[in-house]
Amino acid sequence: MNTKYMNPYLAGFFLGIVLLASIFITGRGLGASGAIKSVVVETVDGLAPSHAESSPFYSTYVGPGKENPLKSWLVFEIAGVVIGAFISGLVSDRLKVVTEAGPRVKSGLRWAFAVVGGALFGVGAQFARGCTSGAALSGMAVLSTAGFVTMLAIFGTGYAVAYVARKLWL
Amino acid sequence: MGPFVPDLISDQLNLVVALVLGIGFGVALEQAGFSSSRRLAGVFYGYDFTVLRVFFTAAVTAMSGVLLLGYFGLLDTDAIYVNPTWLLPAIVGGAIMGVGFVLGGYCPGTSVCAAAIGKIDAMFFVGGGLLGVFAFGELYPFYKGFYESTSLGAVKVFDSLGMSQGVFAFLLIVIAVGAFAATTAIEKRVNKKSAPSLAFSSRKHILAGILVVALGVILLFLPDRKTHLISKVSDTAYLSAHPAKVMSVDELAFRIVDHEPRITLIDIRTPDAYAKYALPGSVNIPMSDFFGKDWITMFSQRHVIKVILADDETKEHAAFLLLQELGYENLAVLGGGLDAFNATILNPSVIVTQGTRWDADVVRFRADARKDILAMIEKNKSGGLKEVKTTKKIQGGC
Repeated sequence: MNTKYMNPYLAGFFLGIVLLASIFITGRGLGASGAIKSVVVETVDGLAPSHAESSPFYSTYVGPGKENPLKSWLVFEIAGVVIGAFISGLVSDRLKVVTEAGPRVKSGLRWAFAVVGGALFGVGAQFARGCTSGAALSGMAVLSTAGFVTMLAIFGTGYAVAYVARKLWL
Repeated sequence: MGPFVPDLISDQLNLVVALVLGIGFGVALEQAGFSSSRRLAGVFYGYDFTVLRVFFTAAVTAMSGVLLLGYFGLLDTDAIYVNPTWLLPAIVGGAIMGVGFVLGGYCPGTSVCAAAIGKIDAMFFVGGGLLGVFAFGELYPFYKGFYESTSLGAVKVFDSLGMSQGVFAFLLIVIAVGAFAATTAIEKRVNKKSAPSLAFSSRKHILAGILVVALGVILLFLPDRKTHLISKVSDTAYLSAHPAKVMSVDELAFRIVDHEPRITLIDIRTPDAYAKYALPGSVNIPMSDFFGKDWITMFSQRHVIKVILADDETKEHAAFLLLQELGYENLAVLGGGLDAFNATILNPSVIVTQGTRWDADVVRFRADARKDILAMIEKNKSGGLKEVKTTKKIQGGC
């Protein structure tokens, strides 16, 4: 675990430049949860098309005349993230199949909490129209009120509940 | 001028761009150490503030870049996607995500990144994310009302807080640098030794902090380009020092009646006033829309005279100078403005005779022009051709 990471400010600057390039070239910021949504929408549409078309949530994304939800900007961007992260892990020698958990947490418990955390992000990102990347970071870059509100809500709540969950990480 | 979607980059090519940007995003996240849940969770326990450093540095970098590119006219900041605000759903959604962050140790972007280098817990997190979206979708009717409540539109944070863009950018930078310094001290205390991310000389960090605050000061005094240019050309002294080319009412009437192709009428009045009555063939472009990409093609036609129309000539003059400032040529203002055009041609209250032998011709010409132009206006109203502004909005968000 001690492979050296980049200086956080340098990494942040690099991330900011990628985000700026995205806004400058395509007019939109980066995101992540939207790609997860596309996968869910496409799966539901594939397994139960009539259910998808009658549902007020899925019908916004699927139906006659609509593009395949997987052919979306964020899905391609997230595919890039997978490639980019893999290359970075390869270069910095961090490719390893492993479960990372707090010192007092067994793998099974860690997995359970990872699923719960992921599910909460899945729900929360729908309400907030984006996650830490799509709503908070990209929103802040274009000075959107939603970006700052979401960022404060995520980190504010995180600190508020951190004590309760301390055994997971300390 | 950016953004290059949808004019220069097609929707198809945009997906390739997304892939390339995604690779950059993935490399940045992984190199920052965001592929490690313990490192991410550290921000909530004070043993590792990497998240805060990377996150704020990225936000400040991108924000400053957007402001600077906008100021120099390289980026049309009106065209870029600004995440709209649904206030209460944003707070509630953010709070749910905050709990998810502490319990799960990732956020969606970082979990994908960590899963890509083999973290099993991250793969479970991604799976959880899929379940969460699915649950949300299935139960959607129960909170549809709340989901769509408190919609404020694409508001900007400095407007919400009632301050100028520059002041907000400056404050954000000061807060970020302050947070960097404070969290460094906290990290040292919690870890009892230099934290993982602090294996760098502190002198360099202080120097960088000073530079970043200097950037904040520049942004503080960097006026919004639009406001700056509009106030510059509206200044009376500036107006009198830079005269505009004037086209007389009769000449314009003649050219309109003549269906002269090499003339474009740019009506800068409000859309309401324009809807009430407008000269045939005129296009409604308020001054604040001069900056965007929408009208570049029209303004750039060098062999076409762009005649600016407003109620009075002073407003036209300001718009004339603004277009000149933005680099466009072959412009003119209508002498006396539309008020004069009205009083002379459309609704002549008095026919002013100059006492020359052309008087009769002038009177006849104006009467004919009035008839023709009114007929043209009438024709336009009854479903004729009218320029409708069509802007393709950029899609964004998650």
